[in-house]
Amino acid sequence: MSAPLAPAAEARLAPAAEAQLEVRDLTLSYDGIRALHGVSFTVGAGEIVTLVGANGAGKTSVLRAISGLAPFGGSIRFEGQDLRRVPAHRIVGLGIAHVPEGRGVFGNLTVHENLRLATWQRRDRAGIEADLERVLGTFPRLRERLRQPAGTLSGGEQQMLAVGRALMSRARLLLLDEPSMGLSPRLVQEIFRVIEEINRSGVTVLLVEQNANMALHVASRAYVLETGAVTLSGTGPELRGDPRVREAYLGA
Amino acid sequence: MSEALVYWLQQVLNALQLGSIYALIALGYTLVYGILTMINFAHGDVFMVGAFFCFLSAVYLGLPFVPTLLLTILGTALLGVLIERLAYKPLRHAPRVSAVITALGVGLFLENFTLALAPYPKNVPALLDNVTWDLGGVSLSSLQVIIIFLSLGLMLVLDHVVHRTPVGMAMRAISWDRTFVPLMGVPVNTIISVTFAIGAGLAGAAGTMYALAYPVIDPYMGIMVGWKAFISAVVGGIGNIRGAMIGAFLLGGVEIMVTAFFPSTYRDFVAFTLLLLLILVRPYGILGQPRTQKV
Ligand SMILES: Nc1ncnc2c1ncn2[C@@H]1O[C@H](COP(=O)(O)OP(=O)(O)OP(=O)(O)O)[C@@H](O)[C@H]1O
Ligand SMILES: [Mg+2]
Repeated sequence: MSAPLAPAAEARLAPAAEAQLEVRDLTLSYDGIRALHGVSFTVGAGEIVTLVGANGAGKTSVLRAISGLAPFGGSIRFEGQDLRRVPAHRIVGLGIAHVPEGRGVFGNLTVHENLRLATWQRRDRAGIEADLERVLGTFPRLRERLRQPAGTLSGGEQQMLAVGRALMSRARLLLLDEPSMGLSPRLVQEIFRVIEEINRSGVTVLLVEQNANMALHVASRAYVLETGAVTLSGTGPELRGDPRVREAYLGA
Repeated sequence: MSEALVYWLQQVLNALQLGSIYALIALGYTLVYGILTMINFAHGDVFMVGAFFCFLSAVYLGLPFVPTLLLTILGTALLGVLIERLAYKPLRHAPRVSAVITALGVGLFLENFTLALAPYPKNVPALLDNVTWDLGGVSLSSLQVIIIFLSLGLMLVLDHVVHRTPVGMAMRAISWDRTFVPLMGVPVNTIISVTFAIGAGLAGAAGTMYALAYPVIDPYMGIMVGWKAFISAVVGGIGNIRGAMIGAFLLGGVEIMVTAFFPSTYRDFVAFTLLLLLILVRPYGILGQPRTQKV
């Protein structure tokens, strides 16, 4: 074996070798108004990649395109498969789970039902039960509230439910849209700890955050999105050291 | 039994029969509203088509009660799916008033299509030997028993489907917020079709039973019954399944009681007035709740 690469270089080499997700020249419009102007990036298997950017930069739109919730131009490939013509409800079956902005839990369903709904396309009862135990192990608060309507959970608990629900699909790629939004600093720490734990178990994470500080700490690589285009990219430490990022996103 | 008691028991029985039929139809309004927040104004006419399917099956196919009932349910379920796919789905993102107009148009189409094929009222043959029992002065017919128990049975099945099965779970999730349901792997359009099939199938069952209880049918029979079922659903709390059942039995009860005290021409006037008053007191209906917007 050759000398170990510096962490930064290693992270940068990883995606080129085995890009699990490859987004190329992504464009997306709302009522004829362009929100994304050709966004390109890659996510390698096992990475945590973050997209940071201000309000309205287009972060959510990128995730919506990947999940099939909005029609797009350009190309999105996941594990080699073109996602263009894949209907939204088939995406999760391919191995991509999406925790949407604002959590998107179903408030009229119980916590248990929310978790079960995410296994719609799975038929392996035993596996589902095992995954339920695993999720409840990660989020013990949910176990106490299994029979409670999800609408009665606190914001933090709903966020945990949303992440737990995504895990129920056994995804290989997890899309997280602002998981720290509206959480207390302690819960933010907690949710980031869980994200790293999930990642260590082998799940790739594409993390959208306005909390650039935390995101850049956990991410192996990051892309900065500004008004629908990528303006900067690099490893987490690189971007944290970049004066432009420090000024615009880290408040330094 | 005292004469008064006999009289009241008889009225309760009649109210149960009428309420069952209203309930089966009201469920269709409430299911569709729950999932699409849309009033399917063609639903009363689907009920009417159900009565005509029953007539066709009995007269032209010569089928007995059970096959006729099943065929009618199947036929109206298919009609419900077709209506949604052809008329409502293309307008799902259009302004709400367009959907209302379209639903009214579909209703008029069904009425006039039926009128073209059946310009005169039809007589539905008795598919069941109607036995009448005398229970200490209260008369109970086998048809009444069948209507009440079959309706209650169908309602229990529906309640189970909605609250205890994956399809029902998906229906409830869509009714909360459709946006993110596909992320769960749930095909939203399929679930919407299933909802229309169930609602229309129940209206078909109601049409069959109505045609057996009141055997002269015509293309406009769905209008008034449809309105009453719709009002039942609103009174119970539209979108709420148990509410629709409660509202329907309440309306059935009020109607029967009004005719017991007033000339029968007062029936609809008094019944509707009472229900309007109830809505003024409880704007979201008996079991309905204002939807608190979750962010
Ligand atoms: N449903 C919509 N209809 C019209 N325009 C939209 C819609 N959703 C987003 N946009 C516009 O697209 C652009 C990108 O929005 P997007 O939600 O992707 O940004 P974001 O980076 O996720 O912002 P935030 O940090 O506030 O969540 C914005 O200008 C926004 O106004
Ligand atoms: Mg966003």
